[in-house]
Amino acid sequence: MHSRSVSCASLILAVTLAVTLAAACGPKQPPVARPVPPPGNTSAPTDATPAQPVVATTPAVVRDTPIVPAPAMSEDPMASRTIDDLNRESPLQAVFFEFDADELSSGARGGLEANATILKKYPTWLVTIEGHCDERGTAEYNLALGERRAVAAKSYLVSLGIPAERFRTVSYGKEFPFDPGHDESAWAKNRRAHFVITGK
Amino acid sequence: MMMRHLVLPVCAAGTLMASLALVGAAPPSPLTRQAGQQQPEVSLTISGEPGARPRYAVPDFVVRTTDADSAAAARVMGAVLWDDLAFEREFYMVPRDTYRSIPAARSVQDVPFDRWREIGADALVVGSVEMTGATTFRVEVRLFDVKSRRSVMAREYTGSLSNPRLYAHAAADDIHQQQRALRGVARTRLAFSSDRDGERVTGTVQQRDVKEIYIADYDGAYQRRVTVTHKLNIMPSWSPDGRAIAYTSYRRDFQDIYISLIYQGTLENPTGGTTQNWLPVWSPDGTRLCFTSNRDGNAELYIMNRDGSNVTRLTNNPAIDTTPTWSPSGTQIAFTSNRGGTPQIYIVDVDGLNLIKITSEAYCDRPTWSPAPFNEIAYTSRTGPGYDVKILDLASGERRQLTFGEGSNESPSYAPNGRHLAFMSTRTGKRQIFVVGRDGQGLKQITTVGNNYTPDWSK
Repeated sequence: MHSRSVSCASLILAVTLAVTLAAACGPKQPPVARPVPPPGNTSAPTDATPAQPVVATTPAVVRDTPIVPAPAMSEDPMASRTIDDLNRESPLQAVFFEFDADELSSGARGGLEANATILKKYPTWLVTIEGHCDERGTAEYNLALGERRAVAAKSYLVSLGIPAERFRTVSYGKEFPFDPGHDESAWAKNRRAHFVITGK
Repeated sequence: MMMRHLVLPVCAAGTLMASLALVGAAPPSPLTRQAGQQQPEVSLTISGEPGARPRYAVPDFVVRTTDADSAAAARVMGAVLWDDLAFEREFYMVPRDTYRSIPAARSVQDVPFDRWREIGADALVVGSVEMTGATTFRVEVRLFDVKSRRSVMAREYTGSLSNPRLYAHAAADDIHQQQRALRGVARTRLAFSSDRDGERVTGTVQQRDVKEIYIADYDGAYQRRVTVTHKLNIMPSWSPDGRAIAYTSYRRDFQDIYISLIYQGTLENPTGGTTQNWLPVWSPDGTRLCFTSNRDGNAELYIMNRDGSNVTRLTNNPAIDTTPTWSPSGTQIAFTSNRGGTPQIYIVDVDGLNLIKITSEAYCDRPTWSPAPFNEIAYTSRTGPGYDVKILDLASGERRQLTFGEGSNESPSYAPNGRHLAFMSTRTGKRQIFVVGRDGQGLKQITTVGNNYTPDWSK
């Protein structure tokens, strides 16, 4: 409903006929005793509609039109969040790898299948798949390893029916560890394909 | 015989890199070197006692004018020249505090040779600084053989004092060349990646440290930032002419190759497009770059012209192929591949033929081919929890280790004369750049602030 009110307001500004506004905003609009052009017709006013009075009355229409918010329960919380909010508590789960490996474990496949379900539900989302490595291995080699992890995750998602065009892959090697520790528990968290939503 | 004091060698007037100008700055102001006199070169090599290196003394430079700039520069130059000469270990450098009491020579006739003989100096470097204009200076450097009291080398450098260390570096390179036929590295630089400025990447994922490209003189002085992207910029590679740095940058949020022309402040993106390209390394002649790309779906090596044209594929294997390095002749590439199961070093001709595997250790990575005359490859080898730098002599097949488990030691890069290597080590905690002789001696820490890694030594 919020976006509805915005579109109404912009219509007021864009359209020179108050009658068009009345049609767009439906029954809450007071009746107007002028001939009504076909809906959606935003071309030049008819002879019977002088331009001057329309401009004068437009602000009054805005003030007099209360906008009723839509009930909250009908909203999809995922769809209404900003991309930043989505990525902070991402619905797309990271998947993890063994040392110096890019093979998908059964656990990783399960995670990607869950991600595929979400991506099918939100078919407009665009996603960057980041490949990450633990601190072992050199910065240089890990760029290639991270790339393979990202590509492995993407390939599996594509095999599950998600169009490849929705993905971009990037490798950060060992540059951006999620856990700064220097033990296996940290390394295990850092060997991952990480999902970042970049468009919706 | 005493007349020989005034015999000065002829040397061609050359242009030396003077000030270090960076992004958007003017090209370096020329520091010119002039012949002292138009006399034939008299090449005299100063020797030490039998079996010993010649002992060199470098007192403070003399100030010939009363301006403060000259005085300040003179203090710097003597110390820097001493360090530069000590670096290559061709000479025994007599500690400077042992000859503070010996009076400075204001002219050739004034040199108290007896005093210098008393402290056992074989060679004496006498330098002077003089203001010749509002912003111009003349620096004179003479090398004396103390035993024969001969001037065996004289050089005159003119320019600004924006970087007084540069005069000392130029004199050190000239002394190494004249006395040892050695190409010194005092005017070379190190490029590396650093998070020292503590900035964070902008974008949708927070808490990620910016890494930008920085450069420093070979001795760690004049550390300056090259890139300002607020993104990740890693693995720089100097062009052979020292005027450009190619590197891997995430300016567009994925890894791609950029070239910064550091004296012009301009940027090139030879691979520009949507494919991912990383780890560029210049061919020895500077006309081509070898790099890793996933443009065909897998990390493979490619070679392209500097402007991005004429891309040819070098490797074709479902495994990882990455971290290329050129042979000094430009005819071969060494690289890392895990095609045998673990990462190991391979060599292939630039036409893709004659592939050979040269390592069979636990995990070998990031080869760097030495410059001639050495024929060896330094690489990173897993030796425990971390890595050590090892060197493989290609002719003999012998291996030697440069570091021994103090932290992790990675990313070796040779000095252009092959006598030192820069590398990254975690031995002091964070990742820092170190320089060490190719025999493992003379370790020196170059960086201290933040994390600094993937060094590349200019050519």
